[in-house]
Amino acid sequence: MIALFACLLLLLIGLYAVVTKRNIIRIIIGFSLVEYAVNLFFALVGFKHNGIPPIITHLGQSRSNFVDPVPQALVLTAIVIGLATTALMLALAMRIYEKYRTFDITEIRRLKG
Amino acid sequence: MIELYVLLAAMIIAALVAIEIKDLLAAAVALGIVGFSVAIMFILLQAPDLAIVQIVVETLTVVFFAAVILRTTNSDTTVGGFRRELVLPTVVYVGFGLLFLLVAGQAMAGLPGFGNPTMLVAREYIALGLERTGAGNVVAAIILDFRGYDTLGEVTVLFTAVVGVLTIMRRAGRKGQGAEGRG
Repeated sequence: MIALFACLLLLLIGLYAVVTKRNIIRIIIGFSLVEYAVNLFFALVGFKHNGIPPIITHLGQSRSNFVDPVPQALVLTAIVIGLATTALMLALAMRIYEKYRTFDITEIRRLKG
Repeated sequence: MIELYVLLAAMIIAALVAIEIKDLLAAAVALGIVGFSVAIMFILLQAPDLAIVQIVVETLTVVFFAAVILRTTNSDTTVGGFRRELVLPTVVYVGFGLLFLLVAGQAMAGLPGFGNPTMLVAREYIALGLERTGAGNVVAAIILDFRGYDTLGEVTVLFTAVVGVLTIMRRAGRKGQGAEGRG
């Protein structure tokens, strides 16, 4: 239970960066932290004490102590999508820097129009 | 499971460093510490597939961050100093954070304890995975067979994001509007 709450604390740290920071790169780092925290939360929920990975190595193997494979299957694609969205945000940040010569979001608002 | 808690503490410290340190390149490296700690956590949580994917993805993430920061600037000019427009977001954040933890505490009271998953859905997948799909790895059987349409949808999101990156990073200018001088 402490592990789950520590994971939520990591999510809140990422959210803090997204809400209060003014540097675009810092905001993207915050988004990545939230994403890691959610992925880790799924893996923590599916964990079983004394469990083994859900891989059948030989026929007739006992499958009763497998950890939960469903959260793992959901997170596996979410990790890759997280990379793609981070790359999209970084590409936008780079174009914004080329146009405004700053990462400060308040400066970018001021230069508009 | 003491190493689990040590890693979680290290991740929280690295996350705080990542959002507070002045140098942006150092912040990206601190983010890499969090990501690789997540990969080690996946191994401890008996999820080798996730650990492999996380190591590859984290390496690429740090490379992307480093590429962008090296091409632009690594000094964060927004650090430090009290600013009045930050008061409202901070108050809203603290309020939301407390509410979030309260609701999460209530919701987790209904969850089975840490280390005892219910596995209502997974029971059938584990029992029938090998017979129905021929895949020894139950995670692969779920991704590619039982929930194949789910994966197809997620691949669509991935493809859209990659097309978006390529469109934004495209160097060629628009036809007939070469005013910006690149193209």
